[in-house]
Amino acid sequence: MSDMMDDMEGGEGVVKKFMFVNRKAPHGTVYALEGLEVVLISAAFDQDVSMVFTDDGVYELIKGMNTKGIEVKDFSKTYRALEGYDIEKLYVEKASMDARGLSEDDLIVDVTVLDSAEMASLMAEQDVVISF
Amino acid sequence: MPMVEVAGKSFEVDEEGYLTNLADWTREIGEYLAKDEKVELTDSHWEVINFLREYYEEYQIAPAVRVLTKAVAKKLGPDKGNNKYLYELFPYGPAKQACKIAGLPKPTGCI
Repeated sequence: MSDMMDDMEGGEGVVKKFMFVNRKAPHGTVYALEGLEVVLISAAFDQDVSMVFTDDGVYELIKGMNTKGIEVKDFSKTYRALEGYDIEKLYVEKASMDARGLSEDDLIVDVTVLDSAEMASLMAEQDVVISF
Repeated sequence: MPMVEVAGKSFEVDEEGYLTNLADWTREIGEYLAKDEKVELTDSHWEVINFLREYYEEYQIAPAVRVLTKAVAKKLGPDKGNNKYLYELFPYGPAKQACKIAGLPKPTGCI
């Protein structure tokens, strides 16, 4: 991250609740990677950041990804760096997991599984929701 | 893309001088890039450079300076994991400059 951004830390800023919603498969479009980069950048601003993985977005967190065949970078390990950026609120939607036959054990990071109603109320609490 | 030549071999770098292919990196290339940055490499520099390469290997990103500082403190102790120590080694920014020498891409969000 830029040193300039770090200089902006420490001010008495307003803390808002930011939620980044990831809905797309990790590869094939640029959404997943761009979304992840935005989240990493957002960490510099000391906001209350959470990430949601729903629909095909749950595939972004699959353990043991191998992207050799499609010749793109495997950035799935980067989700494990989020903890070091103090982004620890990761949520997945239960119905999306069930529909794809996935469980928490299939994922590369620790997550909180929410049902649709819980997810809806969590979204309602946010100041900003950004969808990728 | 611009190229640099080290020990008779050419390597591709981006417009800001960051190595394009992480796998190309060797100690000699690190030394070449350091010279370009006017950094004289000591064991203390190498410790941070090696740490960054390990970090990249594990997480596939170059860390933000704040995250780097914290991670260095955890691994190498608080007397090394602080801004003063890291900026003394890499005056133009430990994340930016050390990443370049380590052959990593520019940290995400670095303008």
